[in-house]
Amino acid sequence: MKACRARRLVVGVGNADAGDDGAGRAVARRLAARAPAGVIVRECAGDAAALLDAWRGFDEVVVVDACRGAGPPGSVHQLRAEDLADFTGLGDTSTHSFGVETAVGLARALGTLPRNLVIHAIEGHDFEPGAPLSPAARRGVDAVVLSLSSPR
Amino acid sequence: MSTNKKSSRTITVAALARVEGEGGLTLQLRGGRVADVKLRIYEPPRFFEGFLRGRDFREVPDVTARICGICPVAYQMSSIHALEAACGVSVTPEIRALRRLLYCGEWIESHALHVFMLHAPDFLGYESAIHMAKDHVEVVTKALELKKIGNDLVTVVGGREIHPVNVKLGGFYRAPTRLELAPLVERLKRALALSLEAVRFTAGLEFPGFEPDYEFVALRHPDEYPFNEGRIVSSRGLDIPVAEFEEHFVEEHVAHANALHCVHKGHGAYHVGPLARYSLNFDRLPGIARDAAREAGLGTECRNPFKSIVVRAVELVFACHEALRIIGSYAPPEPASVAVPPRAGSGHGASEAPRGMLYHSYQIDADGLVRKARIVPPTAQNQRTIENDLRELVPTLLELPREELTLRCEQAIRNYDPCISCATHFLKLDVREG
Repeated sequence: MKACRARRLVVGVGNADAGDDGAGRAVARRLAARAPAGVIVRECAGDAAALLDAWRGFDEVVVVDACRGAGPPGSVHQLRAEDLADFTGLGDTSTHSFGVETAVGLARALGTLPRNLVIHAIEGHDFEPGAPLSPAARRGVDAVVLSLSSPR
Repeated sequence: MSTNKKSSRTITVAALARVEGEGGLTLQLRGGRVADVKLRIYEPPRFFEGFLRGRDFREVPDVTARICGICPVAYQMSSIHALEAACGVSVTPEIRALRRLLYCGEWIESHALHVFMLHAPDFLGYESAIHMAKDHVEVVTKALELKKIGNDLVTVVGGREIHPVNVKLGGFYRAPTRLELAPLVERLKRALALSLEAVRFTAGLEFPGFEPDYEFVALRHPDEYPFNEGRIVSSRGLDIPVAEFEEHFVEEHVAHANALHCVHKGHGAYHVGPLARYSLNFDRLPGIARDAAREAGLGTECRNPFKSIVVRAVELVFACHEALRIIGSYAPPEPASVAVPPRAGSGHGASEAPRGMLYHSYQIDADGLVRKARIVPPTAQNQRTIENDLRELVPTLLELPREELTLRCEQAIRNYDPCISCATHFLKLDVREG
């Protein structure tokens, strides 16, 4: 894959058909239409192999994903890859998928971790298949879109 | 939690809440022997069978695909075969070939994940794939590359990599063009080379001497290594059409699991999955896979469940070779699907999910509404066999420190790549002694 140095990648992660799990992808879809110059926007189901592939060659990467249990619905947590330094277990987002934490851990172990990786985690509360984004998660999406659309 | 009395102890691997399944293990040890083994699994398919009732039969492949994130194709294939059988419809050879190609993609991504990321760390003494990756950069990088090629094959044929959306009753919504498949050829050749390396890599691992006398059960087809079609055969002489599954196999309730234990009537526990497929279908493998198996030291039958990691690698060789064969002679089906008009009746289907035979049966009415659904996933079929393995294995491991004993038990469970694989990698242990 062509090297993408000096560009910024935003990856929206999740399942768009599982309620608030689609928050990351909702951010990506909103942002795709208004991304500042030099920002590449992608969507990803969250599989570690796909994530490692998606961010290959980028120095600066923003991952947007849904989370639960870390705060009130709609709140946004911002983590840096270093914050996951101690994490060496397997992601628990799905029985057979390796999630974002695993992707970060694997990339670190393999020496392919982007120099600057930030994770925006949007707190959700309704992850039912087929459900729309909850109003709280939508507020979180708005906040992340606004933050990532601003000139840096 | 533990006490010091050594004559009796309970090892509990606690349950973990997961999106697609919950699993846990309790071992009761008394006086140096295993008094009780309970593998507890929550099986989502029970729920699915209930809410399929009353739905239109055309929704079934997409609904059942949601049962599992890693083997949605298996659920789609078993359901469409069952429903097409109920409606008396056969598809064209071109559609059939495209279904096999999609299945190849699922096997590649699932087996690559399990062999390298879930199972290999057990053999090499690592807590997880991440720990392993630090010391085995090349192995893990190649594993991710192999898995990605499987994902990409599923994406091109199935419409997207997870829960593909292009499968429908009678065929596909849209058939990929030759041009769309062409870029996969070089990548699949690379995947084939990586798979042959995988066979050599796994063959070099150390395996405990453990060969239970299983009854293997798998599909068998006159000409092919099985994916979608064949008769159900066993290593003890069973040979039946898929439609007779329920006459020979029965699901039993057990108090400690929400999942039903499936047993062969009059015979008991049986074994589905790569070992069963391989041992019952060695002669259906292409030469390149048979040669790789022989070089890895496998015979025409393999009863050591720990060697399932080698057999999965051999099946990776098969899946890559088969995908290249299908693409090499690919002609897009025209039309991409045949009509499947509903008619009142019942149909049965079985296909070989990466982790074993997956059986579906449906009863529909004249309007195509589902009246009854039955899904028997491979993990339910293997559950009793997993418990039997632990019952036989644990007495040989009692001298090991608690932590190592637990890891060996988890490894033995992972031999089956059950739908709790990730959970069992993540479980925390409580030991109660006395």
